Amino acid sequence: MTDPRGPRFAAAVTTVVMVAVLLTGSGWLALAQAAVFALTAASPRLGPYGLVYRTLVAPRLGKPAELEPLAPVRFAQAVGFVFAAVATLGYLLGSPLAGAIAASFALAAAFLNAVFGLCLGCELFLAYRRLTGRPLAARVPAS
Amino acid sequence: MDLTGLIVGGVALLAASAYGVVHRRRAGRVRAVPATADPVPPLQADLLAELGVPSGQVTLLQFSSAFCAPCRATRVVCAEAARTTPGVAHVEVDAESRLDAVRALDIWKTPTVLIVDAHGRIAGRAQGAPTRAQVLAAVAPLLPAAAELTEEKA
Repeated sequence: MTDPRGPRFAAAVTTVVMVAVLLTGSGWLALAQAAVFALTAASPRLGPYGLVYRTLVAPRLGKPAELEPLAPVRFAQAVGFVFAAVATLGYLLGSPLAGAIAASFALAAAFLNAVFGLCLGCELFLAYRRLTGRPLAARVPAS
Repeated sequence: MDLTGLIVGGVALLAASAYGVVHRRRAGRVRAVPATADPVPPLQADLLAELGVPSGQVTLLQFSSAFCAPCRATRVVCAEAARTTPGVAHVEVDAESRLDAVRALDIWKTPTVLIVDAHGRIAGRAQGAPTRAQVLAAVAPLLPAAAELTEEKA
């Protein structure tokens, strides 16, 4: 369980970084953000933006009114990683348009989370499962 | 300065803002499902019963998933409405483990709350976390019917 303001702070930082990626067209900056996404998805406690939030921001705020589970945060970071990785490949392999489009998806998702508190990946998750997932097989008696 | 990035990023921010505003405005709004003269299809009645919807009560049938922060707020509101309003029940279903029901009942996002009347007809649906007032307003017109049905049974 985590303070929900932490991921929202991280989304705000991500928004700024993705704007910088788009304005500079820097594949290396996109790579750095991809690494942050990957690390946070693998272990939310180690996420650099979360560390900044806990050491610098959280002590100045009151206690959180509610806590949120980590699974949605990790899922959202994994989705962010895919877009940042595609953006990195686009910029570094000489296709800046592909890089910019992928970076814009990551920017839109981070922006929606930071400003509206809306998790786009979580919104689309059920639609994705609906289209791809098979219904769970019912249990039947063995005999 | 990368002009391509500026244009593509600008379009993305505008689109995201529009989506965010529309989403915020629609969240929790209960849309009435038009009444038909037809009886409830038996397959749907079976499905609702299997999901745990009690007959003879107005039921707030909530679809949730683990990846869903507003689902918790929705649970609090619906459980509270069921606790304080006689004749109202709250049933929560994990959408991921019941994809068959999700498809059959045309659920696309969590949280979605279906408002099932005492006769098992789906009278309304709301996507996103509704407020207490929105839930009570949606449930109120259905309650006299619930009372009649209970009297018939008694």
